Amino acid sequence: MSFVLVQVIVGGLLLGAVYALFSSGLTLVWGMMNIVNFAHGDFVMLGMYVAYVVYTLMGGGPILGAPLATLVLATVGVVVYFALIRDIMKGPMLAQILGTFGLALLLRYSVFWWFGANFLSMPPNIVGGTYAFAGLRIEASRLLAGVVALLVTLGLHLLLTRTSLGSKMLAVAEDQTAAQLMGIRPDTMQAIAWAIAAGATGLAGALIANFFYIVPTVGETLGIVAFVTVSLGGFGSVPGALVAGLLIGVIESLSGYLIGAIYKDIVVYVLFLLFLWFRPQGLMGKM
Amino acid sequence: MRRLIWLSVVAAIAIAYPLLLSSPFQQRLGALVLLYAIAASAWNIVGGYAGQVSVGHVVFFGCGAYAAMGSYAKFGLSPLFGIPGGIVLAVGLAAIIGVPTLRLSGHYFSMATIAVAETMRLIVTNTDWLGAAVGLSGPTVPRNIFDLSFLSSLPYYYLFLAILAITLLITWWMTNSRMGFYLRAIKDSERAARSLGAPASRTKLYAYMLSAALTSVAGALYAMMFGFVDPESGFGILISVKILIMAALGGAGLLFGPLVGAAILVPLEEISNSWLGGKGAGLTFVLYGAIIVVIARFQPGGLLSLFTRRSKPTKDTGAGHAP
Repeated sequence: MSFVLVQVIVGGLLLGAVYALFSSGLTLVWGMMNIVNFAHGDFVMLGMYVAYVVYTLMGGGPILGAPLATLVLATVGVVVYFALIRDIMKGPMLAQILGTFGLALLLRYSVFWWFGANFLSMPPNIVGGTYAFAGLRIEASRLLAGVVALLVTLGLHLLLTRTSLGSKMLAVAEDQTAAQLMGIRPDTMQAIAWAIAAGATGLAGALIANFFYIVPTVGETLGIVAFVTVSLGGFGSVPGALVAGLLIGVIESLSGYLIGAIYKDIVVYVLFLLFLWFRPQGLMGKM
Repeated sequence: MRRLIWLSVVAAIAIAYPLLLSSPFQQRLGALVLLYAIAASAWNIVGGYAGQVSVGHVVFFGCGAYAAMGSYAKFGLSPLFGIPGGIVLAVGLAAIIGVPTLRLSGHYFSMATIAVAETMRLIVTNTDWLGAAVGLSGPTVPRNIFDLSFLSSLPYYYLFLAILAITLLITWWMTNSRMGFYLRAIKDSERAARSLGAPASRTKLYAYMLSAALTSVAGALYAMMFGFVDPESGFGILISVKILIMAALGGAGLLFGPLVGAAILVPLEEISNSWLGGKGAGLTFVLYGAIIVVIARFQPGGLLSLFTRRSKPTKDTGAGHAP
């Protein structure tokens, strides 16, 4: 295998880790409340813009930008939960899809109106430099994003499976009434889930903002990526999202390299449709 | 009887409108309202009556628009001859999307529709034969009446009015047929409908294909009126958004809901565009997003459901946390 191909695969894995991070937020909310957030990709977009504002206008670096983006988005998540989700969850399917889809438009075009449709990019010196290992050249910003995203996704998995908070959330997901009888507040747990899910998108946005194009409509593409990842990994499963995210990152990078950059999105979308046709239960196979 | 009177009043207003308000701007506005009402009524068949929220409906619009312009630009025929081709293309695509996803929960269907619309937009943008990013143009000077290329909006107005009437008639006929009964049963409770023998997936698929065919006609009409189509106006997500929001605002699942939605939103957009200029484009969609959120949160049945008691949305899940 040529070095170039290895390089492309490593790049795909690093990007895939970020996909896994924000997709685990979608899968958490979906698995717990059976609601699909169509604004999920736009949450990531918002995280990118928060990071951009912190870096360029406030002069902060990633040490300030990433936690701040996480915090801002977690707040957005809680607000959205109480203002919208809590009510549409009980409504018909039409209201659920329209509600989060409308939210996506609202966020996307508010940013569009404020910042314009231009492609923005980070100043190159924020996370500069390139590392070289054994002939591979990896940009520091991508390495940072990949490693942090991987660690946080694993941490999220541990949080959900090994802590009492995680058990409480699982209890609410299994049976709200029973959980309530055990003294767990479903409302609080679901709000926490939204804070975690949106916080993950904020962090993911701040991480990829260093090397991605920043544009209001990027949320649409990223939203579909998140959806494909979750359908592949099985909904509600963070490890599933991790494996699927890494896989999609690699597939996207390889098809971008082998077929052409403009076709990499098409490959992911077509893959998604093929999965719906032949294996709708996802790779991990529970549904 | 009262319904019949209302119907004749609406029809009379619709026929008289361009004669009473006869400035070119007003006639064009009227034609646009009808055009979007056709597309939104077509969406209503699958989104309102079948309860499957297609958020990538523009893909069928684009099939019709490209087929109409393609039949002129590629074969020198009248754009009219492209309409059957557009319908075939749209129905085929609907089957490709619908067969796997309509078995699953509605979220999969919605996401798949976005994915297909985006795929089509990317493919068309990169296909030179279809004019790539520039798109295809219709006849600049009409060779005969069959080119359907007019300077005035008046002929389009009456053409669209006729097609809208046909679309509404088809919808009305559908709701009163066996299919309509199946759809209502499925929307209330798919599991119950299935257990009583209603072929749920197949009925939803038929509704989707019918909706796709009618949307494709709307796309062809759009392209004829504007004389061109490009990837954004043919396959851009914003057209999907407009179609969907008009139906939802007026009342998804109600016969005249889409028309009411179009009659409110099309003038709103035209006015905000002419007042705010280029800066208005973003703001218009901020407003659209806000409207959709507010409808979903407070009145999922749309505006018309405020007046029709009969078709109130079911409230079985509305009463708080009580077990």
